[in-house]
Amino acid sequence: MKALDRLREGMRRDRVFDFMMPKVVFSPELDTRHGPILYLEGVTVSFDGFKALDDLTLYIDDGELRCIIGPNGAGKTTMMDVITGKTRPDSGSVYFGQRIDLLRLSETEIAQGGIGRKFQKPTVFEQHTVFENLELALAGPKGVWATLFARLTPEQRDRIDEVLEIIGLQDQVHRPAGVLSHGQKQWLEIGMLLMQSPRLLLVDEPVAGMTAQETERTAELLTSLAGRHSIVVVEHDMEFVRTIARKVTVLHEGRVLAEGSMDEVQSDPRVVEVYLGE
Amino acid sequence: MLLARLYERDRGGAWLLGGLLLAAVLVPLLNLAVPEDSPFHLSTYTVTLLGKYLCFALLALALDLVWGYCGILSLGHGAFFALGGYAMGMYLMRQIGERGVYGHPVLPDFMVFLNWQELPWYWYGFDMFWFAVLMVMLVPGLLAFVFGWLAFRSRVTGVYLSIITQALTFALMLAFFRNEMGFGGNNGLTDFKDILGFSLQADGTRVALFLASAVMLALAYLACRFIVRSRLGRVVVAIRDAEDRTRFVGYQVERFKLWLFVFSAVLAGIAGALYVPQVGIINPSEFSPLNSIELVIWVAIGGRGTLYGAVLGAILVNYAKTYFTAALPELWLFALGALFVLVTIFLPRGLVGLLQRRRKPDKPPPADTAGETRAGEGVP
Repeated sequence: MKALDRLREGMRRDRVFDFMMPKVVFSPELDTRHGPILYLEGVTVSFDGFKALDDLTLYIDDGELRCIIGPNGAGKTTMMDVITGKTRPDSGSVYFGQRIDLLRLSETEIAQGGIGRKFQKPTVFEQHTVFENLELALAGPKGVWATLFARLTPEQRDRIDEVLEIIGLQDQVHRPAGVLSHGQKQWLEIGMLLMQSPRLLLVDEPVAGMTAQETERTAELLTSLAGRHSIVVVEHDMEFVRTIARKVTVLHEGRVLAEGSMDEVQSDPRVVEVYLGE
Repeated sequence: MLLARLYERDRGGAWLLGGLLLAAVLVPLLNLAVPEDSPFHLSTYTVTLLGKYLCFALLALALDLVWGYCGILSLGHGAFFALGGYAMGMYLMRQIGERGVYGHPVLPDFMVFLNWQELPWYWYGFDMFWFAVLMVMLVPGLLAFVFGWLAFRSRVTGVYLSIITQALTFALMLAFFRNEMGFGGNNGLTDFKDILGFSLQADGTRVALFLASAVMLALAYLACRFIVRSRLGRVVVAIRDAEDRTRFVGYQVERFKLWLFVFSAVLAGIAGALYVPQVGIINPSEFSPLNSIELVIWVAIGGRGTLYGAVLGAILVNYAKTYFTAALPELWLFALGALFVLVTIFLPRGLVGLLQRRRKPDKPPPADTAGETRAGEGVP
């Protein structure tokens, strides 16, 4: 019986074999005709029976700055892992634009294709200078041979200067990233994402451990980037979310609990319950 | 100029290459031109000893490239060295021809002794020097490629990788001990007569081998320096310090590790090939895990992640070994152990770190421990 099933599976005519599918190409004209740049539909991830994401459905519009909040264990980081290819969901679909199926791509392909991710803990290359950090993140060929003979073009140099200005680290260019302050590392990491010219930025807790002043700078930075890039920010700091967010999504137990402006969300009785119950 | 660019901010390298050049001029001169009764005469024994040190230095350089820069602590680099050595040994065996003890025109002595009737297929071609040279690089490179492809693809890192490299060299040692393998069993390959038609006993040949080792070491240093100074070098250090970040920046980490590992293995193979004609023997004990661990100690003592530090460490430790094993043989292993412990505790950056402490910190800065280096530690 099993063999028969397998035969039937092989003879199906309603779809083409994976290897026959056209190769996925990221193009600058990502197809976002219908509005959203990122589609997560019915995504479920479970670890040993625990459902980190439970039938999560979420759309991110092109050029939007979206904040995602939720108590611990709500599935925020897992969601980012799924989008960037680090974790494969048990079911559901994840599309970048209309056509690109992220579940068929590797982490590296996704990163090269225009989705940048900032980790919760700032991770920059500590032994490299700020300049070298940005240089390594430059969009472009990243093969072994290409990097062995790579030279910076004037345009690339300009791009690095431009990003240095955006993240405000012009004075630190030749210092090793390891000696930067916590806030500066976070900005450098955002700068590294920008070097990849991503369409979508995933930012995990950008202001954790920052001083009030640094938090304010980060808020300015992120709002200035919205529009040119779509940005998804996961954050615990409500005050920070209030300053930057136009639209907020509340996750709870791997599902979307509420969505809307900060005020709408905060007055939602279910949200209040989840947060007060914590 | 390419050379000038490589030298930039590389005083240690300049010293190293200068030293090699000096040795390449002085050693042949003192050995061949100075009469034997003069106090300045350098014995052929010393020339060969120095040549041996240079081969070890090349091996240490190869390890430093993967360990110091990419955080891959290979405890099996001795295997690549020995494979390169065996490839060269096979060529030298075939050169013996009819001059063996049994006088067989084709079969090496040990095969005659084992009653073999014909040459195993994998010995074909080794009567040609170019083929042997090709195999010296191809065999270690291929092994490193297959091994690295499997290990890095499965994301084996840190101490687990070290352990399986150790297992690799141990397995090879056991295999080469077997007579049926056709590599001379535990006696290995020895009793070599000549290389490219020159007698291995002649002073001139010894000096030429020494020179070849020095030239190869210099070339390898420049090649490694080129790699380290390129963007590839910066990617590799990035992998060492924050592998995940590198992946999300869009680099295929596995490929970088793999090709660096293969390149390093090829260098180790060349070192082995230069070593064998100078010491006159290759046997399975070269695969011994102990050798690979000692190699790690040379690099650690010299200073990781500097290239020239590895060379310095290999030469100094081996000089000390030659001296101590003659003067106080029973104490050598204790001395080596103590040296390693002391250097790890007091000089985490090795002897080179000691030299650099007087100056402004040079690039590249220290590597952290083994493969466990992660971003977010250290510097306040």
